Amino acid sequence: MQNIPARTLDDLLVLEDKRMVDFIQQLINGLQIGSIYALVALGYTMVYGIVKLINFAHGDVIMIGSYVAITTIPLLAAFGAPSWLCIIASVLFCAFLGFMIEAVAYRPLRNAPRLCSIITAIGMSLFLENLAMLVFSPNPRPVPRIFSTKPIMVGGIQFTFNTLLTIIVSVSLMVAIQFFVKNSKTGRAMRAVSEDFGAAKLMGINVNRTISLTFAIGSGLAAFGSVFYSSTYPLVEPMMGSMLGLKAFIAAVLGGIGIIPGAIIGGLIMGVAESLTKAYINSQLADAVVFGILIVVLLVKPSGILGKNTKEKV
Amino acid sequence: MKKKLALLMAAVFMLSSLAAVSGCAKKDSGKILIGGLAPLTGEIAVYGNSVKNAATMAFDEINAAGGVLGKQIDYKVYDEKGDPSEAINAYNKLMDEKMVALLGDVTSKPSIAVAELAAKDGILMLTPTASAPDVTKPGSNIFRVCFLDPFQGAAMATFAANSLKAKTVAVLYNTSDDYSQGLAASFKAQAETLGLTVINYEGYGADDKDFKSQLTKIASSSPDALFVPDYYAKDALIATQARGAGITAPILGADGWDGVLTSVDASNISVLNDVYFSNHYSVQDTSEKVKAFVKNYTAKFGEAPNALAALAYDAAYMMADVLKTAGSTDSKALIKAMAAIKYEGVTGTIQYAGSGDPVKSVTIIRIVDGKYNFFDKVTPK
Amino acid sequence: MTKKTLKSYAVNLIAVMLLYGTMVYLSESGVLSRYYSGILVLVCINIMLAVSLNLTTGCLGQIALGHAGFMSIGAYTAALFTKWLDLSGAAGYLGYFGGLILGGLLAAVFGFIIGLPALRLKGDYLAIITLGFGEIIRAIIENMQFTGGAQGLRSIEQFSTLPVASGICIISVGLLTALMRSRHGRAILSIREDDIASEAAGINNTYYRTMAFTIAAFFAGVAGGVYAHYIGILGAKNFNFSKSVEIIIIVVLGGLGSFTGSIVAAILLTILPELLRDFENYRMLVYSIALILIMIFKPSGIFGRYEFSLTRAITYWVDVFKGKRKPFAALRSRNNKETED
Repeated sequence: MQNIPARTLDDLLVLEDKRMVDFIQQLINGLQIGSIYALVALGYTMVYGIVKLINFAHGDVIMIGSYVAITTIPLLAAFGAPSWLCIIASVLFCAFLGFMIEAVAYRPLRNAPRLCSIITAIGMSLFLENLAMLVFSPNPRPVPRIFSTKPIMVGGIQFTFNTLLTIIVSVSLMVAIQFFVKNSKTGRAMRAVSEDFGAAKLMGINVNRTISLTFAIGSGLAAFGSVFYSSTYPLVEPMMGSMLGLKAFIAAVLGGIGIIPGAIIGGLIMGVAESLTKAYINSQLADAVVFGILIVVLLVKPSGILGKNTKEKV
Repeated sequence: MKKKLALLMAAVFMLSSLAAVSGCAKKDSGKILIGGLAPLTGEIAVYGNSVKNAATMAFDEINAAGGVLGKQIDYKVYDEKGDPSEAINAYNKLMDEKMVALLGDVTSKPSIAVAELAAKDGILMLTPTASAPDVTKPGSNIFRVCFLDPFQGAAMATFAANSLKAKTVAVLYNTSDDYSQGLAASFKAQAETLGLTVINYEGYGADDKDFKSQLTKIASSSPDALFVPDYYAKDALIATQARGAGITAPILGADGWDGVLTSVDASNISVLNDVYFSNHYSVQDTSEKVKAFVKNYTAKFGEAPNALAALAYDAAYMMADVLKTAGSTDSKALIKAMAAIKYEGVTGTIQYAGSGDPVKSVTIIRIVDGKYNFFDKVTPK
Repeated sequence: MTKKTLKSYAVNLIAVMLLYGTMVYLSESGVLSRYYSGILVLVCINIMLAVSLNLTTGCLGQIALGHAGFMSIGAYTAALFTKWLDLSGAAGYLGYFGGLILGGLLAAVFGFIIGLPALRLKGDYLAIITLGFGEIIRAIIENMQFTGGAQGLRSIEQFSTLPVASGICIISVGLLTALMRSRHGRAILSIREDDIASEAAGINNTYYRTMAFTIAAFFAGVAGGVYAHYIGILGAKNFNFSKSVEIIIIVVLGGLGSFTGSIVAAILLTILPELLRDFENYRMLVYSIALILIMIFKPSGIFGRYEFSLTRAITYWVDVFKGKRKPFAALRSRNNKETED
C-alpha cells in the first residue's frame, strides 16, 4: 500500500518493522518539543513554588527572549562570531526582565488576595505582547539559522543536530537546577521560603532577594527554551509565547506544580502525548486532548504526578 | 470622593458622546464618497495596508485625471481590526455618512458579515480580496475582484496532475481557518475527480507551530506533491519542517503563500525551492499596465505590490468605471453597470457571468532561489 | 415585604420603564442612526457579559477565564435554533426568545458540569481549568460539522435590535441584582469573605459556588445569543481567550463586586474605542497598563463595592429639597476637616 523509499532500505536497518521506526520517530519529535516545554515549565514551577503565583507573563518572556536573539544575531555576524552566542544575550536580558517584572508588578501585591495577583499577571502578559506588537510590528519575522538543521540518519530514524542538542542541553540544565536547589545555600533558601514565608524571614533569609533570584533564574531558563524553540520553529511574532506558555504551565501542573523534577516529567509527557495524538489519533483535536489532560489531572489528582496532597488548616 | 468621581465620569461620558455626534454631521457634497473597510491594525494589518495603499493610489490617479462625473472621489477607509463586529460598526458609520458604494472588506469573515447588511441595504459592494464562496451569496449587489477559493483549490489539483504529473498527493491544512479548510476540501475533491490518490489528509490547529508529527506521517508515505493551503507565516514553518522531515516533493499552495519570502531567513531560503502557489498576478508580468502599476507602487510605498494591492488597484478603477457607465451615483444603476462590466485590469480580465464571482485565470508562481518566478497561467474551461 | 422594600421596587420599576421607553423611542424615531444603535446593542451585550462575570469573579471571588466559552455555546445554540425554525416576523421573535433561553440553559448546563468539580480547587487552578475549558469548547465547535466547522454559520436573522437587546439587558441585570440582594446573594458574598468561616457557619459552599457559576454561565449564554443575532454570522475564533480577557478588563476596571461599576465600565469600554479610532494601536497597551496599575493602587476598581441605588439617591435629594439635609454634606464636612487641621 505504501512505497518504502529506497534510501531507507539502503541504510542499516536495526529495526525491521517500519511502523516501529515511525513510532520512534514520533517519539523523538515528542521528546524535542517536550524538552522545550520542560524548560519553560521549570520557570513556572519555580515561581509558583516560591510565591504561589501563576506567572502568566512567563510565556511572553520567552517571546522577548526570541526577539533579543534575532536582534543579536546580525550584530554577532558583523563581528564574525557564531550565531549561538545569542543565547548569552537572551539569557541575560530575560533574567533581568524577570527580575524587573517581579519588582515592579508582583512585589507590591505579595500580600494581596490571589485574585489580584492573577489579574496583574494577565495584565503583564498583555502588556508585553502589545509592547512587542508596537515595537516589532505584528508581522512574523524569520530567524536566521542557529544550529544545523541538516537531517542525520541513524538506523532509519531521521533527526537533526538541532533536535539532539535541544534534548541534551535541556535535560542537563534541569539536572543542574535540581542539584542547585537541593544542595546550594541559595537553593535551600528558596525551598525554605516556599515552605514557610514567615519562618524563613525569621531565620534571617533575605526573602526579597531570594524571590528575585528565583524569578531571574526561571526567566533565564526560559531564554534557553526560547533559543531552542526559535531554532526549531524559525519564526518570531508577538503572540508566540501565549500558547507555548499555557502548554508549559499544563506540563508543570501535570508533573506537580512547585516540584522541579515534576516540571521535567510533565514537560516530556506533554510533548510525547501531543506528538502521538497528532500522529495516531487525530491531528485536528490535539489541542483539545492537551487541555483534556489538564482537566483530568486537576480533577483526579490536583497536586500532579509527583505532588503531595495537603489540606488547608484553619 | 466616590460621588465626585462618579459625577466626573458621567460628565466625561456626556461630553465625549456629544463630540462624537457633532463630529459626524459634516458631509462634503462636492465629492463622491466611496467607503472602504480594511484591517489596519491587528495581526493582519499587512493585508489591510496593502489594500488601502493601492486603492488610495488608484483613486489619486483617477482624481488627478479629472475625477468622475465632474467630481472628485473621496475614498474613506475605516479600520475594522480584523473583527466582524468592528466591520459592522464601521460599515454602519459609512452608511450614516451616505457612502455611494463600498470597497471592502479584505478578509472573508468580516466581508460575509458586512455582505449580509449590504444585501439588505442594496448598496454596491465590491470586495477586492475576500475569496470565500459565502461572501457573494447574500445578494446580487455583492461582487468580488478575486477568484474563488474552490476555484484555486481545483486549479492547483489540475496543475499537480497535468504539469507535475503527480499520482499521489498529501494535504496538510489548518482546521481552525475557513480559508484553509475550504481550499483543502476543493483540492481533494478535484484531485479525486482527476484520478489522483489523496494518501494523507492531515490537519493542525490555529496556534500550532510544530507539524513534525503530521509531516513524519506524510514523509513515510512519500507523496508526489504536498498541498499546504494556509497563510505565509504558517507556510514558512511548514516548509522548513517538511524539508527537515525528508519531504523532497514539490509543495503546492494558494494565494496565502504570497509574501512567504519575508518569513524565511536568507540562511534557510533553500527550503522554499520547488514551491508552486496560485496567485492573482505576477510582478514579472510584461504587460504595460502591470509594469506601470509595479513601478508607481514601488516608488510610492518602497516595496513591490503584493497580490492584494493589485486586486485593490483594479477594484478602485472598476468603481470609477461603473460610475462613468451609470452616469450617476444611484445604487441600482451602479449595480447594473457592475454586472455588465468587462474590465482589463492588472490581475487580468474581470467580468461577471450572472453572479458576483468573476471568471478569471490563475497565475502559478514558482519560488526558485528566493525569488518569485512566473511559471504558468491556468485558465478555467 | 416591608413598606420600604415595596417603595424601593416601585421606584426602580418606574425608572426601568422610563429607561426602556427612552431606548425604544430613540431607535424607532430615528434620532439614533444605525451606527449609534449598533454600538448601543454591543454595549448591552457587554453589560450582560460583565455583570454575569462579576457574579463569579467579584461577588463569589473566584476568577473564571473561560467566560467567552459559555458565550459561544449560547450563541451557537440560539443561532442553530432560529435557523432550524426558519420563521420571521412576530413568530420569529418567539423563536428568538426561545433560542436565547435554550442557549442560556445549555451554557448553564456546561457551567454546572465544569463548576461542580472545578470549584473545589483553589483560585489559581480554577483560573487555568476554566481557561482550558474555554479552549476545548472552541476546538470542539471548530471541528463539528453541524456548527459549520471553521466556516461557522451565516445568515442568522438579525433579531437583536436596540429595543429588544436593551430590554433583555435590563431584565438580566435586574434578575442578577435581585439575586445579589437576596439571602442567596449574601451567602455568596460570605464565601468570598471567608469561605472556611462561612462553611462553618452552615452555608453550603459547594451549593452556592456552583449556583453562582451556573447562573453566570446562563447569562453569558443569553448574551451570546443576542450577539449572534446582531452580527448575523458566527465563527468559533471570535470566542477565544482574548474575548474572555476583554470582559475581565471591564469587570476589573468597574470594580469587582459592583454591578454599577460593571455597567459603567462596559459602556465606557465599548464606546471609547469608537471615539478613539486613531489610537487603536495603543489601545490594548493602555488597557494592560491600566489593569496593572489598578491592581497595585486601587484593586477594588473604580467603584469598589459601591452600588448605585435609585431609592437612596431619590430619598437623598428629596431630603435636600425639604431642607432636612444640605447637599454634598459629606464632601463639605471633609473639606472643613482639612482646613481645621
